[in-house]
Amino acid sequence: MAEKHKTEWRVVVGRATGIVVLLGGILLAAGLCNASAPPDNSVPSIFDPRSTPAESISHLSRFVLAITGLIFLVVFSLLLYAIVKFRNSDANSNREPAQVYGSTQIELAWTIIPILIVVVLFLATARVIHAIQDAPKPATAVEVTAIGHQFWWEFRYPALGIVTANELHVPVSDSAHPTPTFLKLLSADTDHSFWVPQLAGKTDLIPNRVNGMWIDPKQTGIFLGQCAQYCGTQHAKMLLRVSVDSPEAFDAWIHVQKQSVNRDDREVTGRQVFETTACVNCHAVGGTNATGRFGPDLTHLMGRSTIAAGAAENTSENLRLWVQNPGAIKPGSLMPAMKLSDADLDALVRYLETLH
Amino acid sequence: MSAVTTLIIQTQSASRLPCRGKVGMATLIIAESAIFAIFVVAYLFYAGKSLTGPTPREVLNPPIFFSICLLSSSLTIHFATKFLERGRRGAFLGLLSLTILLGGLFLYGTAREWYRLIYEHGLTISTNLFGTTYYSLVGLHAFHVTAGLLMLSIVLLFGLAGRVAPEQAGRVDVLSLYWHFVDAVWVVVFTVVYVVAR
Amino acid sequence: MSSDAMAIHAAEVGAGRPWVQTLHEWVTTVDHKRLGILYVLLALIFLIIGGIEAIVIRIQLMRPHNDFVSPQVFNRMFTMHGTTMIFFVIMPVMFGFANYLVPLMIGARDMAFPRLNAFGFWLTAFGGLLLYFSFVGGNGLYGAGNAPDVGWFAYAPLTSRAFSVGHSTDFWTIAVLVSGFGSIATAINIITTVLCLRCPGMTLSRMPLLAWMNLVMAALVILAVSPLTAAQIMLSIDRYLGGHFFDTQAGGSAALWMHFFWIFGHPEVYVLVIPAFAFASEIIPVFSRKPIFGYPAMVAATVCIGFISMAVWAHHMFTIGMNSMANTFFVLTTMIIAVPTGIKIFNWLGTMWGGRIQFKTAMLFCVGFLFQFLIAGLTGVMLGTAPFNWQLGNSYFVIAHFHYVIVGGIMFCLFGAFYYWFPKVTGRMLNETLGKLHFWLFFIGFHLTFDTMHIPGVLGMPRRIYTYEPGRGWDTWNLIIGIGAFIQGLAILIFVANLVFSYFRGSKAGNDPWDAWTLEWSVSSPPPSYNFASIPTVSSRRPLWDRKHPEDPDNRYE
Ligand code: HEA
Ligand code: HEA
Ligand code: HEC
Ligand code: CUA
Ligand SMILES: [Cu+2]
Repeated sequence: MAEKHKTEWRVVVGRATGIVVLLGGILLAAGLCNASAPPDNSVPSIFDPRSTPAESISHLSRFVLAITGLIFLVVFSLLLYAIVKFRNSDANSNREPAQVYGSTQIELAWTIIPILIVVVLFLATARVIHAIQDAPKPATAVEVTAIGHQFWWEFRYPALGIVTANELHVPVSDSAHPTPTFLKLLSADTDHSFWVPQLAGKTDLIPNRVNGMWIDPKQTGIFLGQCAQYCGTQHAKMLLRVSVDSPEAFDAWIHVQKQSVNRDDREVTGRQVFETTACVNCHAVGGTNATGRFGPDLTHLMGRSTIAAGAAENTSENLRLWVQNPGAIKPGSLMPAMKLSDADLDALVRYLETLH
Repeated sequence: MSAVTTLIIQTQSASRLPCRGKVGMATLIIAESAIFAIFVVAYLFYAGKSLTGPTPREVLNPPIFFSICLLSSSLTIHFATKFLERGRRGAFLGLLSLTILLGGLFLYGTAREWYRLIYEHGLTISTNLFGTTYYSLVGLHAFHVTAGLLMLSIVLLFGLAGRVAPEQAGRVDVLSLYWHFVDAVWVVVFTVVYVVAR
Repeated sequence: MSSDAMAIHAAEVGAGRPWVQTLHEWVTTVDHKRLGILYVLLALIFLIIGGIEAIVIRIQLMRPHNDFVSPQVFNRMFTMHGTTMIFFVIMPVMFGFANYLVPLMIGARDMAFPRLNAFGFWLTAFGGLLLYFSFVGGNGLYGAGNAPDVGWFAYAPLTSRAFSVGHSTDFWTIAVLVSGFGSIATAINIITTVLCLRCPGMTLSRMPLLAWMNLVMAALVILAVSPLTAAQIMLSIDRYLGGHFFDTQAGGSAALWMHFFWIFGHPEVYVLVIPAFAFASEIIPVFSRKPIFGYPAMVAATVCIGFISMAVWAHHMFTIGMNSMANTFFVLTTMIIAVPTGIKIFNWLGTMWGGRIQFKTAMLFCVGFLFQFLIAGLTGVMLGTAPFNWQLGNSYFVIAHFHYVIVGGIMFCLFGAFYYWFPKVTGRMLNETLGKLHFWLFFIGFHLTFDTMHIPGVLGMPRRIYTYEPGRGWDTWNLIIGIGAFIQGLAILIFVANLVFSYFRGSKAGNDPWDAWTLEWSVSSPPPSYNFASIPTVSSRRPLWDRKHPEDPDNRYE
C-alpha cells in the first residue's frame, strides 16, 4: 500500500514538472520571438532589424524558426505520448511486449520527409545568401574602410579623406535615393568581427585578408554592437556604435571631419605636453606633429560620445583617468599609463577638450 | 574512411577474422596519411606566396637518384619477407640489410640537400613560407624514414642473433607495410615539392 | 598477459595487502577493464575541475561590470574550461566506456593491443597534467603562472609569439598534441578489436550497436585527430623554430588554421556524441523491453553521419567571408546531416513505441537525452542556415546550442550509462532514490542554464566577454543562467556522493540486474579478469534473449 502511494506521488510530481517545463519552454520561445526591444535601440536584438541585410536575415530566421518549431512540436508530442502511453504501469507483470524489429516502409517515410524539409530550408537559405553576398554596389554607395585593432576600431572614408575611430557615421538610406554603406574590412593585428545586430550579420576582420559587407539602414539613430571574434584580453570592451544620420546631419558631420584643424589655440601648455610626450608616436592630430597610427586618431576626439571603444563616456574626468591610467578603465588596453604630473595632466585634458 | 570500410567488407566475406597486426597497421597508416595530407595541403596552399626569396625554382634540384634508392627498397623488403616465409634466412638477412642501406642512402641524400640549401642558399625554416613548408613536409617524411630504419635495424639485429624465424614472418610483413607506406608517401611528396609546386 | 591476469585475480581475492602493491598493479595494468575504469576516473576528476571553471565564468557574468575575476583570468577560464571538457572529460570518458564494454560485448578477452591501450591512457593523463601544469609554468616558474588564454580553438594569429608571449600557449599545444597521440592509439585499438576479436557467430550484422558506434567513433578519431595533430605540429614549428605557417606578418594565413582546426573540430563533436548514441541504443531497448527498432538503419545512419561529418567543417566559419558558393555548399552539407540524425531519433522513438517502459534512472536520463538532443539539433540547423549564422555565430546562442548537445545530450546519456553499467563494473547497484534526485536536479539546473542562454545570444551578446554593459537586456538572463549552473553543480555533487556511497553500501547487483540481452550481462559482476571462462558463441544480436527465450530466438527475425 505504501509502495503504491509512493509511485502515485512520483507520477504526480513527474507530471507537474513536465507541465512546468513545457510552460517554461513555451514562455521562453515566445520571449525569443518577441525579443523586440525598447524603441531607443538599447537592446540590439537580431529580431528588431533596421537595415536591409538584417531585415532579410530576420525574415529567413523566422521562417526557419517556424519550421524547426513545427518539427519540435511533432517529435516532442510523439515522445510525450510514448512516455505516457507505454510506461510500465503494472510493475508486477513481467510479460514482454511484442518484439518488433523494424519496418522498411516506416524507415523510408522518416528518411524522405526530412529530406524534403531539408530541400525547402536549403533553397530558402541559398536565396538569401545570394541576395546578400552578391548584391551589386550602387554608384551612390558610401565607402568605408574599417580596420580592427586590438581593442578599438578605425574607420576611414577613402573618398572623403576622413579618419575616425570607434563611432561610425553613415547616412540613412531611403528606397528612392539608396545610399547604402559598403564596408571594407581589414585587421591590423588579430581577428575581429564587425557586428551590429540591428543593421547586418557579422563579418570577421582578418589580417592579410580583405573582407566586405554592407548595410542599408532605414532609420536614423544610434545602433549598438561589438566585436564578436575573440581578439585578446579586452575583446569584451571593443564596443561599436553606429550613428545613422539624416542626410543633412551626415553632411554636417563630414564637413566638420574634413577640417584638419578646428580648434581654439588657447591651450598652449596642454598642447605642448601632448606634443612633447610619447602621445604623438601613437596618435594623430591634424595640423600638429602628431601622426602616430597605433592608436585612434584624436583630431576630432570631442565629436565622439565615448572613449576607448565605448569603455567610458567622453567626459573630462574619464579622459583624465584614461590618460593617467588606461588600465583603470580597460585593463589590458595597449595604451600605456603616461605617468604625467597632475598639472600636466590637467593641461593635457583641457587641450584634448579643444579637439572638436 | 574508404580503407576502413573495405576492410569491413572483407571480414564479412572471409570466414576467418583478419589479422590484428595488419588491421592495426592499416589504421595507423590511414592516420598518418591524414597527417601528411594536411602538410601537403599547407605546402600547396603556400606555394608561390612567399614574400621574400629564395623560391623553389631557384634552389631545388629533384633528388632522382636518392628517390630511386628509396623506391627500390620497397622491392627489397617485399622479397625479404617472402624469403623469410620460405625459411631462407640468408637471403632474408641480405635483402633486409640492403633495404636499410637504401633507406640510409636516401636519408643521406636529404641531409646533403638540406646542407646545401642552408649553407649555400641561406634557406632555413624561418626564411620564408617556402622554407617553412618545405622543411616541415620533407622533414616529416624524413622522420618517418628514420623511424622505419630504426625498426628495420632492430629486426636485423634480432635476425643476426638468430631470433627471427618464419613464424615471425607475419610481424615482419606488418613492418614492411609501414615501409611501403613511407615509400608511397615519398611519391606524393616528390610530386608535390619537385614537380607541381616548383 | 596471463601472468598479469593472474596478478589481477590475486588482487581481487587478496584484500588487506599493502596499498603500494595495489597502486602498482593499477599503474602497470594492461587489463582493458582496469584501463577503462582509470579513464573514467580521470575524466570525473577533470569534470569537477572544468565545472569549477564554468562556475567561475558564471559568477563573473552574474551581473554587468562585475569584477570577480580580471579579464585575463576570465579568458584563461573559458580556454581551460573548453579544452578540459572536450579533451580531458568527454573524450577520455568515452574511451573508458569503450575500453570496458567493447571486448565484453563482442565476446573477447581483452583489447587487441593491451599494452598500446595502457600507453594511450597514460598519454592522455600526461596531456592533462601538462595542460594544468601551465598554471605553474606558463610564465616560467619565477613569473608565477598563467594558463593559456587563446580560446579552445586558438585562432591564429593570437597564438603566434607576437600576441601570446610566455609559454602558456606552448603548454596548450603540447597538451593537446600528446593527448591526441593517446586518442589515436586508443582508436587504432578499438578498430582492431572490433574487426579482429569478435567471438564465433558475431558477424558485423550481429554486433551490438554500441560496438558498431564505437567503431565509427574510432574511425572518426583517426580521420579527425590526425589533422589536428598535424596543425599542432605546425603551430609548434611556428612557435619554437620560427616558422610562418600561421604568421600573418610573413604572408601566412589565419584562415588556414581555421580550416585545419575545424576539419578536426566538426568530426570531433560527432566523436563525442556517437558514443552517447551508443549508450542510448543499448539502454533504451532494455528498459522498453523491445529490440532496437531498425538495426540496419541505425548502423547505416551512423556510418552516414561519419561520412557527412567530414564535409561540413566550414559551418563554423560562415562569418569569415567565404564566397557565396562556398557558403551555400556548406549549408547544404550541414543540413543533410539532420537526415541520418533524425533517423536515429525516430528509431529510438520506434523502440519505445509499444514497449513497456521502465523508468529506472538510466532510462530517465536517456529520455532526457532524446528531448534535449532534439532541441539541440534543431538549434544546430538554425546555426547551419548561413544568414541566420551571421547573426548568431560567436554569440551566446552558439554556447547554448553546443552545451545543449554536450550537456543535455552527451552528459545525460553518460549519466544514464553510469546508472546502467555501474552494477556490472562494481557488483553493486547505484542508489535509485539518489539517482532520481540527481536526475531531477540536473534536469532543472540544465534547463535553467541553457534554455535561457539562447536569449542573450539573440539579443546580441557575444561569447568570450568577461563583462558586459548594463541596459542591453542581458542582465536578468545572465543571473538565471548562473543560478542554474550552481544547481547543476549540486546535482553532480549528489552523483559523486551516490557513486561513493553505492560503491561501499549499494545493494548487490547479481550478474544481470536489468534482465538485459548483451554478452556483458552473462558474466559475473564485476567480470573476472579473463572475461569469459569459455569464449561464447552467438547466433543473434541478442544472445541473452535467445538463452532466456529458447522457444523464440531472435535470429528468426533478423
Ligand atoms: C558535441 C556534439 C555536437 C553535435 C551532435 C552537434 C550537432 C550539430 N551542430 Fe553543432 N556545435 C557543437 C557541438 C555539436 N553540434 C560545438 C561544440 C560547437 C561550437 C564550437 C565552438 O565554436 O566553440 C557547435 C557549433 C555549431 C555551428 C557553428 C556555430 C558558430 O560558431 O557560428 C553550427 C553551424 O552550422 C552547428 C550546427 C550543427 C548541426 C546542424 C548539427 C546536427 O548534427 C544536428 C542534427 C540533429 C537534428 C536536426 C535533430 C533531429 C532531427 C530530426 C528530428 C529530423 C528532422 C529535422 C530536420 C529535417 C531539420 N554547430
Ligand atoms: C564537454 C564539454 C562541456 C561541458 C560539460 C560544459 C559544461 C558547462 N559549461 Fe561550458 N564550454 C565548453 C564545453 C563544455 N562546457 C566549450 C568547448 C566552451 C567554449 C570555450 C571557448 O570559448 O574557448 C564552453 C564555454 C562555456 C561558456 C562560455 C564562456 C565564454 O564564451 O565566455 C560558459 C558560460 O556560461 C560555459 C558554462 C558551462 C556550464 C555552466 C557548464 C555546466 O554544465 C558544468 C556543470 C559542472 C559542475 C558545476 C562541476 C561539478 C560539480 C562540482 C565541482 C561541485 C562544486 C560545485 C559548485 C561550487 C557549484 N561554458
Ligand atoms: C603606445 C601607444 C600609445 C601612447 C604612447 C598613447 N596612446 Fe592613447 N591610445 C593608444 C591606444 C592603442 C588606444 C586605444 C585603446 C583602446 O581603445 O583599447 C588609445 C586611446 C586613447 C584615447 C581614446 C581615444 C578614443 O577615441 O577612444 C585618448 C583620448 C588617448 N589615447 C590619449 C592619449 C594621450 C593624451 C597620450 C599621451 C599622454 C596617449 N594617448 C599616449 C595608444 C597610445
Ligand atoms: Cu576585437 Cu574581439
Ligand atoms: Cu560543427
